Amino acid sequence: MKNLFGKRKEPLTNTQLLMTITIGIFVVMYILAMTLLGGGFLHTQQIFDMLNDNASLIIVSCGLTIVMIGGGIDISVGAVTSLVVMSCVLYLNNGGNVFVSILLALGIGLGFGLVQGFLVSYLEIQPFIVTLAGMFFARGMTTILSVNPQKVDHAAFSKLRDAKIEISWLGYTAKNGNVVPARIELGVVVALACIVLVFILLKYLRLGRNFYAMGGNQTSALMLGINVKRTRFMSYILSGLLSGISGFVFMMHTGAGNATNAAGMEMNAIASSIIGGTLLTGGVGNVIGTLFGTLTLTTIKKIVVSSGLNDPWWQSITTGGMLCFFILLQSVVLSRRSKGKKS
Amino acid sequence: MQENVLLQMSHIEKRFPGVLALNNVDFTLRKGEIHALMGENGAGKSTLIKVLTGVYQMDGGEITVEGEPIVIKSPQDAQNKGISTVYQEITLCPNLTVAENMFIGREKGEWVRHKEYEKRADEILTQLGIPARSTQQLGNCSLAVQQMVAIARAVDMKCKVLILDEPTSSLDDKEVNMLFSLMRDLKGQGVGIIFVTHFLEQVYEVSDRITVLRNGELVGEYLTEELPQVELVSKMIGKELEELSSLGETEEKNIVPSEVFYEAEGLSSSEALPFDFSIRKGEVNGFTGLLGSGRSESVRAIFGADKVNGGTVKIKGQPVKINKPVDAMKHGIGYLAEDRKRDGIIAELSVRENIILALQVMNGMFKPISRSEQEAFADEYIKVLNIKTAGRETPVGSLSGGNQQKVILARWLLTHPDYLILDEPTRGIDVGTKLEIQKLVLKLAEEGVSVTFISSEVEEMLRTCSRLIVMRDRHIVGELKGKDLNQTQVMKTIAGGEA
Amino acid sequence: MKKTGKRFFGGGLGQLTIPLIAIALLVIFNLFRDPSFFSIDLSHNSDGNIVLAGNLISIINGASELAILAMGMTLVTAACGGQDISVGAAAAIAGSVFVKVLKTAGHINGGTVLLAFVCACIVAMLFGTFNGVLVAVFKIQPMIATLILYTCGRSIAYWINGGATPTVSSPIISAIGSFIPGIPIPTPVLIVVLMAILFKLLFHFTSLELFTQSVGINGSAARLNGINATFIKLLSFIILGVCVCVAGSIGVSRLGLINHETLLLDIEMDTILAVAIGGNSLGGGRFKISGSIIGAYVIQMLTITLYAMKVSSTDVKAYKAIVIVLLVVIGSPVVKEKFSKLVGPNMYRHKKAVVKGGEE
Repeated sequence: MKNLFGKRKEPLTNTQLLMTITIGIFVVMYILAMTLLGGGFLHTQQIFDMLNDNASLIIVSCGLTIVMIGGGIDISVGAVTSLVVMSCVLYLNNGGNVFVSILLALGIGLGFGLVQGFLVSYLEIQPFIVTLAGMFFARGMTTILSVNPQKVDHAAFSKLRDAKIEISWLGYTAKNGNVVPARIELGVVVALACIVLVFILLKYLRLGRNFYAMGGNQTSALMLGINVKRTRFMSYILSGLLSGISGFVFMMHTGAGNATNAAGMEMNAIASSIIGGTLLTGGVGNVIGTLFGTLTLTTIKKIVVSSGLNDPWWQSITTGGMLCFFILLQSVVLSRRSKGKKS
Repeated sequence: MQENVLLQMSHIEKRFPGVLALNNVDFTLRKGEIHALMGENGAGKSTLIKVLTGVYQMDGGEITVEGEPIVIKSPQDAQNKGISTVYQEITLCPNLTVAENMFIGREKGEWVRHKEYEKRADEILTQLGIPARSTQQLGNCSLAVQQMVAIARAVDMKCKVLILDEPTSSLDDKEVNMLFSLMRDLKGQGVGIIFVTHFLEQVYEVSDRITVLRNGELVGEYLTEELPQVELVSKMIGKELEELSSLGETEEKNIVPSEVFYEAEGLSSSEALPFDFSIRKGEVNGFTGLLGSGRSESVRAIFGADKVNGGTVKIKGQPVKINKPVDAMKHGIGYLAEDRKRDGIIAELSVRENIILALQVMNGMFKPISRSEQEAFADEYIKVLNIKTAGRETPVGSLSGGNQQKVILARWLLTHPDYLILDEPTRGIDVGTKLEIQKLVLKLAEEGVSVTFISSEVEEMLRTCSRLIVMRDRHIVGELKGKDLNQTQVMKTIAGGEA
Repeated sequence: MKKTGKRFFGGGLGQLTIPLIAIALLVIFNLFRDPSFFSIDLSHNSDGNIVLAGNLISIINGASELAILAMGMTLVTAACGGQDISVGAAAAIAGSVFVKVLKTAGHINGGTVLLAFVCACIVAMLFGTFNGVLVAVFKIQPMIATLILYTCGRSIAYWINGGATPTVSSPIISAIGSFIPGIPIPTPVLIVVLMAILFKLLFHFTSLELFTQSVGINGSAARLNGINATFIKLLSFIILGVCVCVAGSIGVSRLGLINHETLLLDIEMDTILAVAIGGNSLGGGRFKISGSIIGAYVIQMLTITLYAMKVSSTDVKAYKAIVIVLLVVIGSPVVKEKFSKLVGPNMYRHKKAVVKGGEE
């Protein structure tokens, strides 16, 4: 990491290299968007909107990054998010209190983490199948709770939902002379907090380093004295918990529950992680990269819309193209590196 | 002398189903010595190491460290008891930094104190003279340095016994020297080092004592300076069992001049240095040399198993291109790979499917061999080669090693090759089967098939081959035939140098 | 199904034990719950044909696309040790091409339908090749490689028909999607049988099965025996492409329209599940197409049983998840070993010991 903070020069690690590429591409893309497209891209609110809309995606991506660094996969995250939203909405509408609903959200996430983690780590079942079942279960439970969209009707929660941080100096002056301050939702604060916490976990906590070791080489990790099963178990628990948090943040953003909430979020989260430089093979990745992965993904979509390609298919076609580009880039960069080492 | 003893293993026994892998083996390691553990394939050295490191549980015997009897339950347990191992396959995480690799898995507390670890790691690295920085990513270091980092980790864990399992096989000369000076340093600090290798020169360069194992039994313990290299080789390779001498005598063998079948000039691959080679029709020749001498790599190059880099190849005088296995097969070459598990059997497929595989590939995908034909072939070869299997549909992975080997032999025989390369076909299989395979080789030669035969057991090769190509350090160092084909001469050429 | 019966039981039950037990349990459960579940009637459908009807028929009929995709997926899984998650999206593309060609041709007759199908097939095979190249040449894990098409496939389908969901109505289309006049068996079922026979013929007249298994079990040994692993992997994706096209065309014909959003939605997950329930290792290697086909019927039977128990279609997933978890837990090596320790010495542990012993 030192080179990023300008001390001794070490060659970039794979994690840093892939992350740097992503950040670079994001910055270039954003600047291009500002100069060529202008409009919304010139306002700081554009970035805040991207964060506001994607806070929960950022949070689940953090969890997924952890699991992927450990060499696993968790495709239940989107469905768990959706289940949490629906459960909390119904609970609040039946006169619950906000604090307990937060606990409920965390509890559901933790529950999924515990069960999936146990099945994957201790019963050694393929993570894809386990979390696929988790996804089915969460989606099914969501519709069992309610098929119809539910709007939250709860005074205390509404306050929380509408609370926004306003920063006037980052705002802009509208045509009529009024200053429109930049608005940041509370969810973004939570998301950023998650990023910081996961960053610290992955970098400075023993557990975090064990995730890398396990993903880098499982046999080695075992020989080095790491309890691999427990470490893997923890990665799924963390991912579950973050999905719980993500659910609550999602609810704060939309203020309603719907069975189709967070549809396809798992794949967006995987895409974010991959674009951010996390390898599905494990051992390589970084949560900062994941944040930029999400932002890159979102920016692409915004650019597509702003460039007048209004037809809805363009967004996901460009996303797919982007994904293809990054996957091939990783494959080429990494194989080149390992070849260079040999000779 | 006796109070100097660090590790004592006595009467160690280890059994695997049907095999006695270690039979009453003793091993003594003293403080501050480098002790080479020698033996060819199947001698039992890796089993002994695995018993010592807790990978296997022994079936009999006793291990004491500094006079205290100990029981080793797992590799982790061994480390805690001061026995550390550095494997040929580096068991560190390439995606972490050098410092992390030295401290991960044994930190106290939940926080990783990067600064502190880096400082301590740098201290140790400097102290041991390892050319690495603590903040470097391990994967960016050379293999030698990675190995040294593993040693540094062991040293920092206050290990008393350090096992180096084939540490030099992927290092170049300069790196080997670096490793040796590190080993001598540690020796000076009183660490006992067990050095497993197949490079004789290296043994003589660093080791104080040598223990030789053969066929799971102890041959003896010797002071390095008192054991000449030729004698070491003969102790490792040893005399064959009486049963085998029933085979024909060397003199009777084919020195009939016949046309050259295969001819290579300057052939090289990603693994093998350029070499020249030719073989006549109906000739049996051998590549010999110790493990890692390049004998396997050379025959792999002939078959196109590794990426071929250069050289010209002629078959029956016609220039041909052999870049991948299927090319070689089309030209009538068959290759029985050294590593049966990795490169030979398809474990979950049946005996029948394994037998017809190569023929099917040669026939091409669109000309499948009919089921009844497959069954006929399988039955025929099960009978001819006396393969012991419950049936032709039994998964080959459940057969014993010797029978698996026969299945692969059957696979190649079925293609009716003109030239068959057999790399260690007798490795890890019972004596009876060894004999059968040797007889088969001679019979094939009589039928006009050229055979290249590689074995760790020189006697086997003397009995079957009419010409031996000797390799050392990836180069061909001699070619023996006629009256030179005797054990002493082979040993001398293998051992090289002062012979 | 019946035609491949001999193969099913030819080499002992083996890996088919679990899926067959699952089917048996479902049948018994339904017999106790409501024996009339299994009643099959002959009735007149809206076109006036005499057709078979009943839960059993709708199970076998409804699982058709799943079964067809599962056949192809089995091959990909066996060769590559990974799964294609883009089959649903790719089927939407194939379906869109199918409709687009029909619409462009203007009139629907046997010729144009065939043309449309061939075009759709070519497109699906091209997308299969795309996935296959990423996996076989660039060595990217199948799930990640196919994530690309999963992400944008349905949008490509959308784009093909310019955002519309055009309908195609014709006796030929409805004959493909429901019943051929005079034949009481649903056409999709016949197509499954046809596909199963085609696969059987493919394995009979080529040695693809042997080569695929060899590549999946031991790639290194396969290569040393002259098998071109890259080609085998690529081929498996192309064959899956054909299956995708057939499934997509059936899906379109059932409804008489292409809806890129909902056509075979979420089927990729069910397909992978069918392969796993069929006793095939998701890590590649030995495979039985028949297992996957049974797996597909297990899933569909479970679904229809739940429907019959008045579980709404959206809730079915939750129950399905529980069954999946039960199945994989029973199949897990760890559980097997624990269980066998209780029962006493057994084959499994013995086998392990032999493998270890052989290493020396």
